Amino acid sequence: MSGPMIDVAALSKSYRVHKRAPGIAAALRSVFRRRYETVKAVEELSFRIAEGERVGFLGPNGAGKTTTLKVLAGLLHPTSGSVRVGGHVPHTRDPLFLQLITLVMGQKQQLLWDLPPSDTYAMNRAIYDIPRAQAEDTIRTLTELLEIGDLIRKPTRQLSLGERMKCELVAALLHRPRVLFLDEPTIGLDVSMQAKMRAFIRDYNERFGAAVLLTSHYMDDVVALCPRVVVIDRGRLIYDGDLRELVRRVRPDKHVTIRLSAPVAAADLARLGKVVSADAGQAVLAVPAAQASAVVRDALAALPIVDLTIEEPPLEDVMRELFVTRAPDPTRTTLS
Amino acid sequence: MTGAAADLARAAKAFPTLLTIGFAEVVAYRAEFLVWILTTNMPLVMLALWHAVAEDGAVGRFDQPKFTAYYLAILVVRLVTSNWMAWQMSMEVRDGTLSAKLLRPIHPLYAFAADHLSALPMRLLYVSPIVVVLLVTSWGQIAGHDARVALVLGPALIGAWLLMFFSMVLLGTVAFYVDSAMGAFELWLAVHAIVSGYLIPLELLPPWARTVTDVLPFRYMLAFPAETLVGLVAPAAALRQLVIQWVYVVATAAAAIAAWRAGVRRFAAFGG
Repeated sequence: MSGPMIDVAALSKSYRVHKRAPGIAAALRSVFRRRYETVKAVEELSFRIAEGERVGFLGPNGAGKTTTLKVLAGLLHPTSGSVRVGGHVPHTRDPLFLQLITLVMGQKQQLLWDLPPSDTYAMNRAIYDIPRAQAEDTIRTLTELLEIGDLIRKPTRQLSLGERMKCELVAALLHRPRVLFLDEPTIGLDVSMQAKMRAFIRDYNERFGAAVLLTSHYMDDVVALCPRVVVIDRGRLIYDGDLRELVRRVRPDKHVTIRLSAPVAAADLARLGKVVSADAGQAVLAVPAAQASAVVRDALAALPIVDLTIEEPPLEDVMRELFVTRAPDPTRTTLS
Repeated sequence: MTGAAADLARAAKAFPTLLTIGFAEVVAYRAEFLVWILTTNMPLVMLALWHAVAEDGAVGRFDQPKFTAYYLAILVVRLVTSNWMAWQMSMEVRDGTLSAKLLRPIHPLYAFAADHLSALPMRLLYVSPIVVVLLVTSWGQIAGHDARVALVLGPALIGAWLLMFFSMVLLGTVAFYVDSAMGAFELWLAVHAIVSGYLIPLELLPPWARTVTDVLPFRYMLAFPAETLVGLVAPAAALRQLVIQWVYVVATAAAAIAAWRAGVRRFAAFGG
């Protein structure tokens, strides 16, 4: 298709939420007079995502990420603004649109709890009207990629969290959607399972040219999968662009990790750069990116170095710094 | 094909699989399902009560065999046509699990209908002993009436199922506005028990109350098919009531679909 796969223009979404103070008196008062709060979950949000692109959707808790994903998936009606996915208006939930997308939420599942995942796949095959041969081929491919084999014939309730999540992904991708909305797809999984899941998502994206919009609190997911990130805070867009550029902007320094064969004086380390951490055998220095090579040269000349690495600061630190420096927004809620 | 027609065609194609999967789920919950069936025992309690009352003579045209036939028929119709849509919708709207159905390319009401229809074989299995008792104890009552009434029975049962289903959907949509439809459901249940013929044969009510129950939709969910089953209605009256029942089916379906559309706009997909 021509044009972006996902086109969000000035999207706003507000909720009206009942609010009362704790205690019996407040509970009684609320029987007669209810107070409501209008929460602006998303405000004037705009971005575009092309076919086949993988984009990380980042922000602190309550930033509006899940609300945005639900609007994009057609579950919520926007308060204002326009949203198009694959040329469709999501909230009309046209069956052609629903066949185009999938929404995977790490804390929710579509698998039938008391039946094996294979029954959910049979149900989805019928609902999405997938030819039997194609469905069997997709299930075989996906179960091989995710290494789940016979698990799909065990009742869902008997599977571990990681196994369920992998089976869930197969159900979500059976109709070969071209747009993947992934909300915390690796939540609760162990490190090796997270790595497998990332490899799988990348493989699916490359194989089917699907656009991927991913939210995750595990920054390793984002680093591994998303060259571009859209960052929101309190419902508003604060960054849209290359992930490495974001890191450079927020934390223009690099981390130089030095392994030492003998203890050195703190003053000798401080002369080279800002000391992030130091003990007898290892020190981490933060230095401006432009001076990194000079610092390395000086360090090699002056210190008993066994090993030395230069890295970007962890993305977790970058995000923490990005959100901590932003002041609260008093206009986000209004009482009525 | 237009949107609604395409929706229907897609749902019709998927329906056999949905029924199969739904049946597998019912089988998975068979013990719980049996317990639920056993809780529907109020008609048997009422039967014992009225049986004692009729010991000294008929009440209206109800003697002891007629009471037996009536309450067993009420039990059968109730077990075949009742559904738990209001409860299910209330729960799914409240905890956000409705999202999964909204993300699929067939209308959620088709999926809900398939869920409930797939329970029918198991219900019929549980109901069959009651039917046998009904036939044995009330054969004279059933066979002694105009055979033309039997022709109305099939459409009356289907109408009762649809009327119950869409009434429950309508009640369930309350959850979109106040987060839980259970209060509205309990109120509906209390009214339904009295004016549907569940507790008392409607013809034993005072004349003014009978006029009211004839106008309200409740008798067409329960008393009408039950009375038809045991031959308590004359052919002309059965046909007239069938027409009224189906008018209610169409009106309730239209209201339920309109309420659904309006409600989904308010759905907040909590819990995700």
